[in-house]
Amino acid sequence: MGAQGAAPQGDDESGRGVGRRRFLGYVLAGPTLVVAAQLGEEVLAPTEAQAAIPSLPEPADILDLTDLLTTAALPTSGLISIQLNTDGTASFALPRAEVGQGVTTSTAMLIAEELDIPLAQVKITLADARPELLFNQLTGASNTTVSTYTPIRVAAATARQRLLAAAAAQFGVPASTLTTAAGVVSSPSGQSATYGSLAVAAASQVTLQVGVALKAQSDFQVIGTAQNRIDALDIVTGRKQFAMDLSVPNALPTMVCRPPTVNGTPLSVQNLAAVKAMPGVTDVVTIATGVAVRAATFGQCIDAVRALQVTWAPGTEDNSSDATVQQELKAAELPLVVPPLNLLAQTVEATFTFAFASNSALEPNCAIADVRPGRAEVWAAVKAPIVAQGAIAAKLGLLPSAVTVHVVQGGGSFGRKLFFDAALEAAEISQLMGKPVKLMWHRTDEFRQGRTHPMSTSHVRATHALGQVLTFEQRHTSVATDFGHGLGEVITALVADLPVGDIGFSETIFELSQQTPYNFGVTTQLLSEVDKGFNTGSMRGIYSPNVRCAQELIVDRLAAGVGQDPYQFRRQTLKDPRAVAVLDKVAQLGDWGRTMAPGTAQGIALHPEYHSVAAMLVEIDCTPATTGRQIPDAYTGPRVTKVVCAVDAGLAVNPLGLQAQMMGGIMDGIAVALTSGMHLDNGVFQEGSWDNYFYTRQWNTPPDLQIVVMPPTSGTPGGAGELAVGAAMAAVACAYARATGTMPTSFPINHAAPLSFTPLPTTPPIPQSPVDGLPRAY
Amino acid sequence: MSAHTFILNGKPVSVDVEDDVRLLWVLRDVLGVTGPKYGCGLGVCQACTSHINGKAFNPCSVPVSAIQPTDEITTIEGLPATVGKDLHPMQEAWLEYDVAQCGYCQPGQIMAAVAKVRQARAAGHEIGDADFDEIRNICRCGTYFRIREAITAGAKNF
Repeated sequence: MGAQGAAPQGDDESGRGVGRRRFLGYVLAGPTLVVAAQLGEEVLAPTEAQAAIPSLPEPADILDLTDLLTTAALPTSGLISIQLNTDGTASFALPRAEVGQGVTTSTAMLIAEELDIPLAQVKITLADARPELLFNQLTGASNTTVSTYTPIRVAAATARQRLLAAAAAQFGVPASTLTTAAGVVSSPSGQSATYGSLAVAAASQVTLQVGVALKAQSDFQVIGTAQNRIDALDIVTGRKQFAMDLSVPNALPTMVCRPPTVNGTPLSVQNLAAVKAMPGVTDVVTIATGVAVRAATFGQCIDAVRALQVTWAPGTEDNSSDATVQQELKAAELPLVVPPLNLLAQTVEATFTFAFASNSALEPNCAIADVRPGRAEVWAAVKAPIVAQGAIAAKLGLLPSAVTVHVVQGGGSFGRKLFFDAALEAAEISQLMGKPVKLMWHRTDEFRQGRTHPMSTSHVRATHALGQVLTFEQRHTSVATDFGHGLGEVITALVADLPVGDIGFSETIFELSQQTPYNFGVTTQLLSEVDKGFNTGSMRGIYSPNVRCAQELIVDRLAAGVGQDPYQFRRQTLKDPRAVAVLDKVAQLGDWGRTMAPGTAQGIALHPEYHSVAAMLVEIDCTPATTGRQIPDAYTGPRVTKVVCAVDAGLAVNPLGLQAQMMGGIMDGIAVALTSGMHLDNGVFQEGSWDNYFYTRQWNTPPDLQIVVMPPTSGTPGGAGELAVGAAMAAVACAYARATGTMPTSFPINHAAPLSFTPLPTTPPIPQSPVDGLPRAY
Repeated sequence: MSAHTFILNGKPVSVDVEDDVRLLWVLRDVLGVTGPKYGCGLGVCQACTSHINGKAFNPCSVPVSAIQPTDEITTIEGLPATVGKDLHPMQEAWLEYDVAQCGYCQPGQIMAAVAKVRQARAAGHEIGDADFDEIRNICRCGTYFRIREAITAGAKNF
């Protein structure tokens, strides 16, 4: 085996041939072959700043957030292991969360590649909370593939090597003469053995350390090919199980009656006995966040929640509204630092406001908990299970080792499932009731009491003279983002080594994740945060979509200021050739500059993050005929009619999955630019349903969409989950500005208009289900 | 509590439950049929979309007492049997286009798609962009474009 003359591509760590770098694998004791590797063993080399130095390299140019997560895994990681079974399958418990982003599929592909086994014979499950993995069981910052790419392949290659040795012994020939394909070891003389038949013989009774080499990229047969999701059949048949589909004995439906304003707390219940006597209701208990009801069906939980008469203490934001928060942000903005320049310089300056937005997935916050004396068991889709385990243990007064956290596949995340609010509540409720509970949040609670992406402002000031941009300054001011899911510990452990100085945690994350991809002279970007009274979190990106949208709108203004075309101006000032390449690709495919009808326009933008870069060309229709479309209970507005996306993710493990991530990110970018925001009024978010919070719907979907995956460039996978949102949001905003002749400064663009819906009441906190389902059948 | 009978995925079922409990909870919490998902309970997100006598509807918005003994309820689990196959052509199209991401909304999307194709045909045309724009099902992962592609392809096979 080996590269056999093929030139290594990209990073040269791989390849099985002589001289290839070798990795350390483990063979673990077991009845059948079990192999393992250190998770996080391989660290990507820091990228160097590409540009000659008109702009000093920013921290994110040198080491971005995903590097930090990968590096952080180094000293603390445990082993991840693959088991070969006698039926020829390979089993792997992935210490990450699958929430739709496709990591179970891409992980199976890595194993199939190095093991030479059909993809269908790789079985991926999600690992329970494994405290010994410490930082290495957090799914976030688009980091899963980046950090697991090498370790998983090392483990699989170790298994293949061991199977070859077992077959060699069986055949009585040197292992070097054997080949592997599709789960079978073959000899030149025609002997063959399936992996299943070798699984016992290849097992070890003791743990061994072995050196192993990896396939060269040029030999890849699975990685880089388009593969369907491994759970696609289960999904389309309804067999895929989410937390609320699990059958845990006696775990009855449970819901919580929540306060009328953000973070209110229960003082007393007036009609406890009456509610306990309602049909189906088994238990009613007061908890920290409200009053919990357990019943035979969720419908009866809804009835009971609506019937509860609760006296509430005020919340944390009862006097806050959009306007007051905006004033807080304005007061907290950090000053610009570049001194006045020569008289020739012209200034482009604007402040952009981004509304609160909901990161709620379609699957609401939910968890099953079974708390017994001295132990607890929890089932939930959580991306930080170790942190969840610790928090639940503390809440229940148990040792973490007495708490089992099963990670269930999640129905979307978008940042929400970095937190474990429902798991913590379910555990508290189960302990108080002394019974297992299946806790689910009501949709209306998801919007009103669930986490939001915080409101923020971005003040940008740039100067140019004689066709050159001299300065580019950005001050991003945001309601505080909660990083309480453990990402924080990762950051604080490493921050001292980074050139970000003595700043706080959020500022560190800002510095690590935010870049200005252009050579714009003296560039400064700073973050300031205020007000910790809201329940917040990231939303498919932490700061990037808003920060980059503001930047790209100003870039269009700078281009106009220096008399250049927006596309040409960008390509001439971009630092990174990979960014230029994706920009060129969309400009060419999307026919940039073609003549557009009045009220319609193109926009172009890009976004680099986590060693990947995506460019978008969009066309938008802002004509009255389109914005005036009448659809019941909907916001129609401008229509993005076409999107052309080009993405360079370094090495796309699964291009089909990468395209899916881009598609989702584009829909999110359209939403945050045009339609979806939350209105805060005296501590109450007005939105209470999907017909109030206008996430992209079919009537907002671009009917023309092309997504091009660029050929491998860096040789290692970059992040993809959040990448498309910033580029899409920015391109849509730029197109809107060009179509209407007015640069938008408030997002989403419909946010300042009067509410187009009647807000649901706050008491009772959730609405009754309608009864008009049959007349509406179609 | 009172007894309610109807036909679920081709088989008669009987449940004892209060009249006003919405059918979604009867399916999920009483009968353990979990293909239809909860996304709002308000008839908005359409994640629970199933069929009643071949028409798409939201079980979250129908009290069980409104279901007649002769009503045929089909959930995603029963869709393949309506064409006598292991998979309905729409499910096959969903696989071909690798539509799903998290998958939570997809049973409802597929059930809506099948009904939408039939509705377009009843109106005398094949399904197209204007029909897609009428589909209200939320996909928070944003798979909308592949949904459009898959419906177009699936419609050619049934």
